[in-house]
Amino acid sequence: MSAASAISPITSATDILELKNVSKRFHIGKREVRALEAVSFVMQPGAVTGLIGPDGAGKTTLMRLVAGLLCPDGGEIRVLGIDAAKDPQSIQSSIGYMPQRFGLYEDLTVQENLDLYADLQGVLPGDRLKRYEDLMRMTNLGAFRGRLAGRLSGGMKQKLGLACALVRGPRLILLDEPTVGVDPVSRRELWAIVYRLVENQGVSVLLSTAYLDEAQRCRDVVLMSEGRILHQGPPSQFTQPLTGRTFQMHVPGITKRSLMRELGGRPEVVDAVIIGDDVRVVLSRAPEAQKQVTAAFSGAVLVAVPPRFEDSFVDTLRVGKGEPPPTPSAKPAAVLPAAPVAIVKTIVPPPKAAGAVIEVKNLTKQFGAFYAVHDISFSVAPGKIFGLLGANGAGKSTTFRMLCGLLPISGGMLRVAGHDLRTARAAARGRVGYMSQKFSLYGNLSVMENLRFFASAYGLMGRNRSRRIDEVLGEFGLSAVADMNSGGLPLGFKQRLALAAALMHKPDILFLDEPTSGVDPLARREFWHRINALVDAGVTIMVTTHFMEEAEYCDELAIMAAGRILSMGTPAQIRHSAATPANTNPTMEDAFINLIESAQRKAA
Amino acid sequence: MATMHPIPVSAKGHTRRLRGLIRKEFLQIIRDPSSIAIAFVMPVVLLLLFGYGVSLNAMHVPVAVVLEKPGPDAYGFAARLQGSVYFRPVMMTTMHQAQRALMRRRVDGIVALRSSFARDLTQPGGASIEVILNGVDANNARLVSGYVQNAWEGWAAQRAAEAGRPTPFSVRIDQRVWFNSEVRSRNFLVPGLIAVIMTLIGALLTALVVAREWERGTMEALLVTPVRLPELLLGKLIPYYLLGMGGMALSVLMAVFVFHVPLRGSVGFLFLASSLFLLAALGMGMLISTVTKNQFVAGQVAIITTFLPAFILSGFIFDISSMPRVIQIITHVLAARYFVSILHTIFLAGDVWPVLWPNTLALVVMVIIFLGLTRRKSRKRLE
Repeated sequence: MSAASAISPITSATDILELKNVSKRFHIGKREVRALEAVSFVMQPGAVTGLIGPDGAGKTTLMRLVAGLLCPDGGEIRVLGIDAAKDPQSIQSSIGYMPQRFGLYEDLTVQENLDLYADLQGVLPGDRLKRYEDLMRMTNLGAFRGRLAGRLSGGMKQKLGLACALVRGPRLILLDEPTVGVDPVSRRELWAIVYRLVENQGVSVLLSTAYLDEAQRCRDVVLMSEGRILHQGPPSQFTQPLTGRTFQMHVPGITKRSLMRELGGRPEVVDAVIIGDDVRVVLSRAPEAQKQVTAAFSGAVLVAVPPRFEDSFVDTLRVGKGEPPPTPSAKPAAVLPAAPVAIVKTIVPPPKAAGAVIEVKNLTKQFGAFYAVHDISFSVAPGKIFGLLGANGAGKSTTFRMLCGLLPISGGMLRVAGHDLRTARAAARGRVGYMSQKFSLYGNLSVMENLRFFASAYGLMGRNRSRRIDEVLGEFGLSAVADMNSGGLPLGFKQRLALAAALMHKPDILFLDEPTSGVDPLARREFWHRINALVDAGVTIMVTTHFMEEAEYCDELAIMAAGRILSMGTPAQIRHSAATPANTNPTMEDAFINLIESAQRKAA
Repeated sequence: MATMHPIPVSAKGHTRRLRGLIRKEFLQIIRDPSSIAIAFVMPVVLLLLFGYGVSLNAMHVPVAVVLEKPGPDAYGFAARLQGSVYFRPVMMTTMHQAQRALMRRRVDGIVALRSSFARDLTQPGGASIEVILNGVDANNARLVSGYVQNAWEGWAAQRAAEAGRPTPFSVRIDQRVWFNSEVRSRNFLVPGLIAVIMTLIGALLTALVVAREWERGTMEALLVTPVRLPELLLGKLIPYYLLGMGGMALSVLMAVFVFHVPLRGSVGFLFLASSLFLLAALGMGMLISTVTKNQFVAGQVAIITTFLPAFILSGFIFDISSMPRVIQIITHVLAARYFVSILHTIFLAGDVWPVLWPNTLALVVMVIIFLGLTRRKSRKRLE
């Protein structure tokens, strides 16, 4: 295959993309949201630049500004040498852009979508056949050209969206969160396509993502948080200062959860998360940090591990350059050690029954001819965290809705807290708390009003109700925002409020459906501290997630794809099952990809 | 590996882009049963409903006829009522009985001939007939009262002729009805209904489909292509214009061949006026969805600002000249008002240019306003 002979040589970096002091504000009602604040960067030509940051960091706003879809309030944006404020049409005519929802017409076939974009991009009929062939080969969609785009899987939609954006071969491509909610196999395929574009055609790619682990795959990383750029540079530059500060730790006689909690309270520890049977710690810059930690826990085993990109994010935000993070969503870190302890006191002791709290046997859910959940079985012991891991559309939420009695089952058996939900829904539900994907809060009610509503919905009245509300306001650090409308709160606060609402009636089983989706890593850590405290108090947790690293918090987990359970066991068991001579220490993602691929091989 | 160098952009970009957009729109129309339903099923249902189900004529009205003292004169009058298509008389002998029937809504009116009827006829002062009507439906009551009056005059004239005496009235109304000689309300309703149907197809359909592009995020992808704003607008306008004219043709064919409404004016002018009205409606629909960008809100706004006013204020059912002055003024901002007037004229009266031209001109102004506003409100931006 030939190289990019027709591409005009790029003379300087500013040719591709340059932002100078760009700011952007939005008005939502009377509130002013500062989406971007003094953002400046220059994109490297012929490389993948990752725009990385949690939800609400301003990534999509930046993408839209570059695409000429929004007008900056201040500063200057030059795309391919064109001023975005003066001539957006020229930019829109020359770049490739894939918005978050891929921009596909779901009631058109793959081919019809391609034809539409070829027409719009002005691809001559004579050039099309070859171009389509190239794109189909690249995306492996050749066999599906007659299928409606709406019937494609998430990963296939993403590849078709990319093909549509590439139909004329632009020099600059903007991809807005192309990998969110897509299974790891499709994610890896997308990255392979992007790399090939860059290497063979010298295309420049600006790719935004909320997955911090994708930073390592970019040549250049622009790390964003709260509308500002924290740092720009190659990924190694981010992790470099952490060399020698990251360890996997194990102390005989102390459970991983209590070890994590104790480590979290120590000044020399920046970050502590559970990884398999160990706790992964990031130590502070102080030279004697490692000595202090080893001294504090007798018999502690510390194994040095390579730093991850997320470590640098947490390190930057928590200790940073001594300055506190600008807005309240970063504050949770401060409440971290105190909060879980308070929860422990208020949770009722677990039921004495020793058997499984949740029992599922041959559970099936059919929608017409489509199996959303196909013959799955598992059981969860009391006081354990059980996780369902899988991509969008794997059947996790359907399973959840059936467990909560929100969806009738098509076949099989399930018991929650000893009840068959089909016959004793009300009784079982009284012992179950449910936190749904989108948090189910009333956005135009205040925090207080939301809590009052949920308390009443769970049957709490009068003095009991006010007492319980006071308790959770304190436990979840919500007192300061009690009178604010919940819709205007940062995501981390919404998540805490949703959890508070789900715990209103002190359930002994808690269902969490994608609880940390879109929440920044700090809020996610704080959330898991709370969950761990609940588990210590005997609450049984069932959780769904598509974050591979979050699976490590679970005692046991099931990996789901296309409605089936591919593998079940402790996180360590699942990881080790993927070990090969070439890869002796596979990650959860490696294991996931391995499982899906072997399932596909079996099917074929 | 594929070579992905930029390939030359076609010189015929405009037409190619437009053709691509139109083809896409038609594919979507074919695959989405709801737009087909709005364009073709709804006109048929509405036309059948209004053509057969709703009538503004009072026919076979049940009335109680009270003959307190039967005699040849009283029977003669009662027979006159019985012979009329407007009445379905129920004979009764006491007033009390008739009043009870009226209370229970078994009859809509009472025509009472008192016991002195036959004697009074011979007196100089003449006889009187007592008529009691249920006034809850004022319109109906007025109609029935007129019919009774008619029946009474006819009976008196006939009676005088038989006796060889001159008619008791010195002035006679010699009545002819123009344009709708059979006085069928269907002939009036069906053409007006076409305006309502076209409003629905034009405004509701476009309001929904443009908002859908915003909601599903496809508009965002379209904007970041070489496509120009006028092409985007034409790409919506042309397919739904064709769809709307299809619905229009269906409605006109049904009006003429199913409901036998006369079509006295020129078909060519009907085509021109319908095109103008449809463009105005499409413009309104696009304006609504451009501003709201949300299918649910766009649908609600379209119904409230286009369909309901077209129903109530266009003169389709309710006569504009009998509305209060303020409301009459308001009707002038409705495109449907002018189109209803054009349709009534073309169908029932023919090419009456002094009526058609001013209304057509008003439609032209409407088209310019709505399409112009849509063009001004649309941006190749998200804000």
